[in-house]
Amino acid sequence: MTSNGFVGASPNRVGGRDRVTGAQQYVADIHFVGELHAKLVKIDESRARIISIDTAKAEQVPGVRLILTPDDLPKPMPRFGPQYQDRPVLAAGMVNYHGEPVAAVAADTKEAAEEAAALVVVEYEVLPEVHTIDAALAPDAPLVQDPSLRAGEQLAHTNVKTEINYGWGDIAAVDGDADYVIEREYDFPMITHFAIEPHGFIAEPLDDGLNVWSTIQHPFQLQKTLAKLLDVPLSKMRVFAPDPGGGFGGKQHPKLEPLVCYMALKTGKPVRLIMSLEETFQAVRRPSTRVRVRMGLTNDGDMVFQDIETDYLIGAYVDIADRVAEKSSYLAAGPYRVPVVKIVGRTILSNTTPTTAFRGFGVPQITWARESTLDEAALELGIDRFEIRRRNLPEKGFEFVPGDTPADGDWRQTADKAADLIGWENPLPEGRGRGIAFGIKSGPTTGLSYSTVRLLADGSAIIFSGTSDMGQGARTVFAQIVAQEMGIPIENVNVIMGDTATVPYDQQTSASRSTVLMGTSVYRACKDIHAKVKAMAARVHEVDEADIEVDSGIVRLTGEELPITDVVTAGLGALGGEVIGNGEMRKDKIPGHPLAGNAAFFEFNCTAIEAEVDPETGEIQIVKHVTVGDVGTALNPQQVQGQDDGAAIMGLGHSLMEGLILDEQGRTRNLGAIDYRIPTSKDLPIELVSASIENHDGPGPYGVKGVSEGSLLCTAPAVGAAVRDATGLVIRDLPLTPQRVWEAMREQKT
Amino acid sequence: MSETVHIEATVNGSDRAFEVAANHTLLDVLRDQLGLTGTKECCVVGECGACTVVVDGIPMNSCLMLAVEIDGRDVTSVEGLAEDGHLNALQQAFLDVSAPQCGFCIPGQLMSAHALLQSNPDPTIDDVHEALGGNLCRCAGYLQITEAVMVAAKAGKQ
Repeated sequence: MTSNGFVGASPNRVGGRDRVTGAQQYVADIHFVGELHAKLVKIDESRARIISIDTAKAEQVPGVRLILTPDDLPKPMPRFGPQYQDRPVLAAGMVNYHGEPVAAVAADTKEAAEEAAALVVVEYEVLPEVHTIDAALAPDAPLVQDPSLRAGEQLAHTNVKTEINYGWGDIAAVDGDADYVIEREYDFPMITHFAIEPHGFIAEPLDDGLNVWSTIQHPFQLQKTLAKLLDVPLSKMRVFAPDPGGGFGGKQHPKLEPLVCYMALKTGKPVRLIMSLEETFQAVRRPSTRVRVRMGLTNDGDMVFQDIETDYLIGAYVDIADRVAEKSSYLAAGPYRVPVVKIVGRTILSNTTPTTAFRGFGVPQITWARESTLDEAALELGIDRFEIRRRNLPEKGFEFVPGDTPADGDWRQTADKAADLIGWENPLPEGRGRGIAFGIKSGPTTGLSYSTVRLLADGSAIIFSGTSDMGQGARTVFAQIVAQEMGIPIENVNVIMGDTATVPYDQQTSASRSTVLMGTSVYRACKDIHAKVKAMAARVHEVDEADIEVDSGIVRLTGEELPITDVVTAGLGALGGEVIGNGEMRKDKIPGHPLAGNAAFFEFNCTAIEAEVDPETGEIQIVKHVTVGDVGTALNPQQVQGQDDGAAIMGLGHSLMEGLILDEQGRTRNLGAIDYRIPTSKDLPIELVSASIENHDGPGPYGVKGVSEGSLLCTAPAVGAAVRDATGLVIRDLPLTPQRVWEAMREQKT
Repeated sequence: MSETVHIEATVNGSDRAFEVAANHTLLDVLRDQLGLTGTKECCVVGECGACTVVVDGIPMNSCLMLAVEIDGRDVTSVEGLAEDGHLNALQQAFLDVSAPQCGFCIPGQLMSAHALLQSNPDPTIDDVHEALGGNLCRCAGYLQITEAVMVAAKAGKQ
């Protein structure tokens, strides 16, 4: 490969200029003549039977055009969802979680819509609800979902949605082989995504079909959902997905787009619903968990078995929660060689906000429990807490989950670098503690990404890709690939995304997949162009194709090297035109595989923390935060660091300060930015070091692996371990707020 | 209908006279009336900083300010930073160090940084963290954002 300088370089972000001038258009910035503004009608209860909805007063507000209630929707109530068709367009006779919309107003102005929404009178009967694992599992618990919604499900008459069983080996047979067995339980709270851009949707009815704008991460999934619900062919269901203002998983799947479409169809006008931050909090969240870890070890610290049971408290509708549970439980035993493993996971329905993907996809919850338990075991066995992890790491190529993708990196390098950067062996200053933890997440297990690259007559190029660039920098890395392969300046590459009628199908933007899967597709589109250029060169230079090589922007003829762009200009001739390349990357399902396929790659991360705890206030200061990931190749090191730093700080959020608070009736009490704290520039570690291991051994172009989630997988256990090391406190619930730490210190003294 | 008030203000260097609804915030007017959508709306309670603009040299949450309050004052939004289509030093530094990820908080970050550098051209890192402490970034690109402000400050000194 000739280097054109684009692999491992950090050119200015494609789309960066518009982000610093304010020109970048997000969904809320787009307007239509004659548009109507929508506002949701909600009640302040988490479970209630709706008796009536009186819209008379609301209809009197000037400018109101529509008050949509379930009576205006098809019967039975249309439902949708990425895994189960369980989410109704509007509350179907019952409110099942706090903030579930019961009706919606469309009006000429925002003010009129808000005023009218407040005047809709909803009569309802409050019913018993469940919002904790124990309450949902109680024998007399009210059922969150009516069994009729769960036809054919064995557990339909309980609040357990799904029970998962994975593992290998026979626990009973090896129980006695362990010198030491530890059993602990760790809790993880509900977390909200808090993208700074709240969710927003616009639907424009056409004579034939609809145009929809959404903050969605997966425009093609939304297109499918809407086409099916509204019985419109895919070709006439056009979804525009402008770059989301942050996604983190919360914007993966459809939510209120169907409602907005029905409003647009009913009024014949474009309808926009730009949600408030509070409403966005009520749209999706990360599942809270209770994880029980039982682990058997030898006196030397070798793992004999792991037995992990996780309860995931999910919301009233499943969204993608079962998949979160499956994928995170599958690797619950971590990046270790464990002879025998038993894994049980249960998703538990509750009258709470629906749970969905959130950066890390369930792995941070389980990792908090497993790594913290392992730390407790190391202390009791008198083994160094780094060494106990390192000694159990598999060699590269070892099938640590039997029959599945083997360890895809030399993970000891990653571990050693983290230990080295934190100074694991160095004496600790008074009052400080250190912790280290390992985390692993599976990349995508299936995928389908098409792309088109058009190399134009003047040597510039346009990429068409269905990936969403929500900050991870997908546009930039695709442009780097094309610049590299065509030998053209990156400034001459344009990247078109976010329009299902313009760009070819992409399954989704999630699981840190885009550089590997769509990146491969774009790379293959370039190779398709290379093949066409080769034929062109053979024709123009009257030589045999077999004597021509095309690579990295260069056409090699016998005794001659020409830039691709020169050959194309000559080959296209007087009429001009372009050379079109198509790429496809398909990772098919594997029948019978619990995750539908094996991991395309792993995100393996080691996080090490040095911290001190204020003995008076319980406040934790992160002195040094080290995160090291095995990235294969950092195609764009600046963006890799942006992702790693960002994920690390997001991890500090759920470790130190974040958590949704519910009252006794299951209503969320800290909706919005005043009462739900996320890290600011005042909450940073004194020193944050994000480092990468690069052995160019990933499955993507130039050896890349995915990178966007690694750095938050094991933040919490590393922080918890540092706090324990500094103070002796063992705290098994998050976040480690000053209040919680202070209370634990007070208890410790007595 | 809401009562309207006539106001005159300088917006991004241009003297403007217009009617605003008495109950509309500066954020409402910038985005919906003047079409300056670079200023972003998120929390609407003055906690996230996405809507930060600079009023008479002071960074303000435009969601907490009524539009009538800008009568006779000078307002700069993100659209007012570039000069003749050229990025200013701060914008260029943000672009060069890849401070924007999703970009949604960036206009607010830029305006807080702009106000800081106007009043304190030679800030320390702590000064930057303090001045931008009210601007949330969920991508958490804080290190890059801080670096960009320091780079811009240094460029300003040359």
